[in-house]
Amino acid sequence: MYTQGLDQQGKEPQGLQPRESAERLAAFQERIDAEEKIEAKDWMPEAYRRTLVRQISQHAHSEIIGMQPEGNWLTRAPTLRRKSILLAKVQDEAGHGLYLYGAAETLGTSRDQMVADLLSGKAKYSSIFNYPTLTWADIGTIGWLVDGAAIMNQIPLCRCSYGPYARAMVRICKEESFHQRQGFEIMLALSRGSAAQKAMAQDALNRWWWPSIMMFGPSDKDSKHSAQSMAWKIKRFSNDELRQKFIDVTVPQADFLGLKVPDDELEFDEETAHYRFGEIDWQEFYDVLAGNGPCNRERMQVRRDAQQGGAWVREAAQAYAEKHAAQAAA
Amino acid sequence: MNNEQALFRYVVRLGDNALVLAQRLIEIVADGPELEEELANANFSLDYLGQARMFYSYAGEIEGEGRMEDDFAFRRPDREFENVLLVEQPNGHFGDVIVRSVLFDVFYLLQLEALSECSDQRLAEISLKTAKEIRYHLRYGSQWLIRLGDGTEESHGRVQDSLDKLWRFTGELFSGDETDEWVLAGIAGPDLGELQVAWTSAVAAIVEEATLALPEDQWMAGGGRDGRHSEDFGYLIADMQQLQRAYPGLNW
Repeated sequence: MYTQGLDQQGKEPQGLQPRESAERLAAFQERIDAEEKIEAKDWMPEAYRRTLVRQISQHAHSEIIGMQPEGNWLTRAPTLRRKSILLAKVQDEAGHGLYLYGAAETLGTSRDQMVADLLSGKAKYSSIFNYPTLTWADIGTIGWLVDGAAIMNQIPLCRCSYGPYARAMVRICKEESFHQRQGFEIMLALSRGSAAQKAMAQDALNRWWWPSIMMFGPSDKDSKHSAQSMAWKIKRFSNDELRQKFIDVTVPQADFLGLKVPDDELEFDEETAHYRFGEIDWQEFYDVLAGNGPCNRERMQVRRDAQQGGAWVREAAQAYAEKHAAQAAA
Repeated sequence: MNNEQALFRYVVRLGDNALVLAQRLIEIVADGPELEEELANANFSLDYLGQARMFYSYAGEIEGEGRMEDDFAFRRPDREFENVLLVEQPNGHFGDVIVRSVLFDVFYLLQLEALSECSDQRLAEISLKTAKEIRYHLRYGSQWLIRLGDGTEESHGRVQDSLDKLWRFTGELFSGDETDEWVLAGIAGPDLGELQVAWTSAVAAIVEEATLALPEDQWMAGGGRDGRHSEDFGYLIADMQQLQRAYPGLNW
């Protein structure tokens, strides 16, 4: 309702579409290879545009859906300081959603269309948000692991070839690192606390560890979008590289907290200077992706209810604006 | 009641109003009609929460017994909360939330403006800062009320209902007790009679622009200032205090 004139994608007469000649594609790739930023008005291959819309909107949806598991503990946060920090974080997520929808709109798809795709189930969001937040320690773990993993994924995106996305990511990454720190700080307080608090922290780590390392996506050999995205410099590192980096950084943090990572095969390999880790349960990953996670239906229902419940409000705002525009014109 | 006790009680009440309203608003943090409205709601909740923390911290200093902000929020039973009933009313739909906010914020802003000129310097400073935030909340809320009232037939009907339903909680805003009398006499704080006149005309102006009808004079609910709340309130407090009650005395 706040955006107009962007629903034109696919409605232009075909004759006006720039042709994707071999020369044009090569020139585009040259710009990418020279690390030039592609801007909204520049020519780009349709597949590049589609990939970005898919990725940026998926990122925006993840921010918005991610407000729910954390919102689940806002009313129950244990201190006013924690409540304020968590609320600021949730507010940041709504803000990230807005910039990201804005960045995606520069590619010619309206926010209304992207939201419709989310609600219809056509568009995806990060599967991690389909897991429930059962205790306060889950809030710490989300900040520590989920935001930590997100940062690993997102810092390279600040150098993404598409200018509007790269610039949105610079600001988002600054805020994400604050989110990660607040999560770690919650875990630190719990792990230095009572036996019940330590048990709460360990339980949360047990439940979130594997879903967190799944956040980097399928293994490189199974990742269908990776190679082209790397060539276009939308993506700079492979899923497995990022996952390894995350594990290498995070395991010593768990040690510092006195918590045990729930992977019996986890071991530091002196030779490679990386941690070796156990097999990921990809069946679980694909199940959750397909809609069969603990909270998929609930998360979507909340968004659909908000959308339907707010319809009369949006209609009223539009009717008011039209009435007053007509009066002003008269 | 001596001067310190009166000031203490008054400041705790300010904190209670802000905290309880924040708590209601964060219940709907992911449930707005648009993303912009969710962002605004989170922003406003954060303001009220910050205000509650300032008021409670100051109350703890006035009392001088070492109580901190969390002692007021988490370690008092619901009967000791003295917020007005208006702020604790369940959210309902977006129009209910907007009407509740407008009715309260018009009052709160007038109260803060008066307090920012009171003779208690610390309270005056906090009020001055807080008034800036509330002025913005009120602009947002009243614009929405006008849009909803003067929008569609459906939205008009819905917010008229919200106004009629919540009106009975507005009388309490001006029914002062000895604490309010002391604040007027002792630190030149707000005069509730004057506030009521100003509130009535400000609300009437917004309601008129929203093409709504002011509810008729009616029976007014009360009791919040004496810790007699609505049935829903117990759940709000139980939810908020859950962790501190289950695991007392820990650091989080």
